[in-house]
Amino acid sequence: MKCGNGGTSTPALKVRAGRQIEILGEDDVAIESSTRLLAEKLTAERETFLSQWVRTIGEDLQGRLSMAELGRELGELYEAILQALGTGGLDGRGERYGEVRSLLIELSRNRARQGFTPTETARSVFALKEVLEPSLTGDQEGARAYLQFARLLDDLGLLTTEAYVRTREEIISSQAEQLLELSTPVVKLWDGVVGVPLVGTLDSARTQVVMEKLLQTLVDSDSTQAIIDITGVPTVDTQVAQHLLKTVVAARMMGAQCTISGIRPQIAQTIVALGIEFGDIPTNASLADALRQAVAEVAKESENDARGLL
Amino acid sequence: MSDRVPVLKIGRVLLVSIQQDLEDQMVMDLQDDLSRRIVDTGAKGVVIDISALEIVDSFVGRMLADNASVSRLLGAETIVVGMRPAVAMTLVELGLSLKGVRTALNLERGLKLLRRLGTDPA
Repeated sequence: MKCGNGGTSTPALKVRAGRQIEILGEDDVAIESSTRLLAEKLTAERETFLSQWVRTIGEDLQGRLSMAELGRELGELYEAILQALGTGGLDGRGERYGEVRSLLIELSRNRARQGFTPTETARSVFALKEVLEPSLTGDQEGARAYLQFARLLDDLGLLTTEAYVRTREEIISSQAEQLLELSTPVVKLWDGVVGVPLVGTLDSARTQVVMEKLLQTLVDSDSTQAIIDITGVPTVDTQVAQHLLKTVVAARMMGAQCTISGIRPQIAQTIVALGIEFGDIPTNASLADALRQAVAEVAKESENDARGLL
Repeated sequence: MSDRVPVLKIGRVLLVSIQQDLEDQMVMDLQDDLSRRIVDTGAKGVVIDISALEIVDSFVGRMLADNASVSRLLGAETIVVGMRPAVAMTLVELGLSLKGVRTALNLERGLKLLRRLGTDPA
């Protein structure tokens, strides 16, 4: 059985493979002639096409980008496309289009930074289709070349969108990082007393940063009292409380006393309603009270030290 | 044979300065040595300096807590000093809070704390 099957299927496969090769060959020839046609057209009518292209996009962007700048960008892009066409091939993801792609990525990055929409960015590429349409779709060969070129431009257009999105994401993540840095200052309130005014919601990432900074500051400044002020924290749920507790316990293990201040009436009620236990962690309604206590504590310590010396 | 952690006597205080990452056997030896020295010297305070430790696992964490309890039974206060921020954060994540262990930021503050507790480290 097996032998028979193998025997019948092999010739069929061969035939199919042969046909495929033939079709591919036809395609290659077609692409080659289209590419040649496109390259000729683009070279011959360079000035017309380019100025039309620049004008179309210029109208779209409505003066938010200078014409000179736009002309320079698109001119470079045009030359790169022409060069890629000259070396043959219409595969936008191929090696020959490397230069085109890097130019497009650069363009998309600039557009994303300048606040243009993804549509406006992609239009920079798609507009070239509109420019070429009237002069190519006259005869059948031209139409075929136009369609193949359109496919290439579709690919490149998608590339701009991809680059645009990536740039935006980079911007967002770098801003998030900056925000994290900005939102967690550790300040020295008094000799031996440091404070962290927390603003915004607490998640694990932020708690980690706050904890790290606070503990390091305790060591660096040789402080024994820390105050975490949560006046700016909008809500305290079990998760946030958990994070606060962790910080306090860590500070205590290092030999510092940590107080939580700035608990608003509403927050206090929520904490009780949720059944969160703050245990033996000292808490205060206002930063002023917490500071007063901390300073008194520091004073008591140094008084003892002085007595020890005598 | 593995290394032992030295236990130094200064007045009525025993100083244990851990300078390298601890293996389990060293931890157990230290516990033995320390309790014996407390009884031998009649020390009233023990300061364990862990400022050189970069990694503290749950075993070492428990050793610190156990040591504190043992010393207290033998009439000495234990103070763990110089814990690094990273170590403190790791211990918290491990769920250890070293309850019952007194801590201080550094050796100097640890000795001051002992003095305040009434164990004069003259």
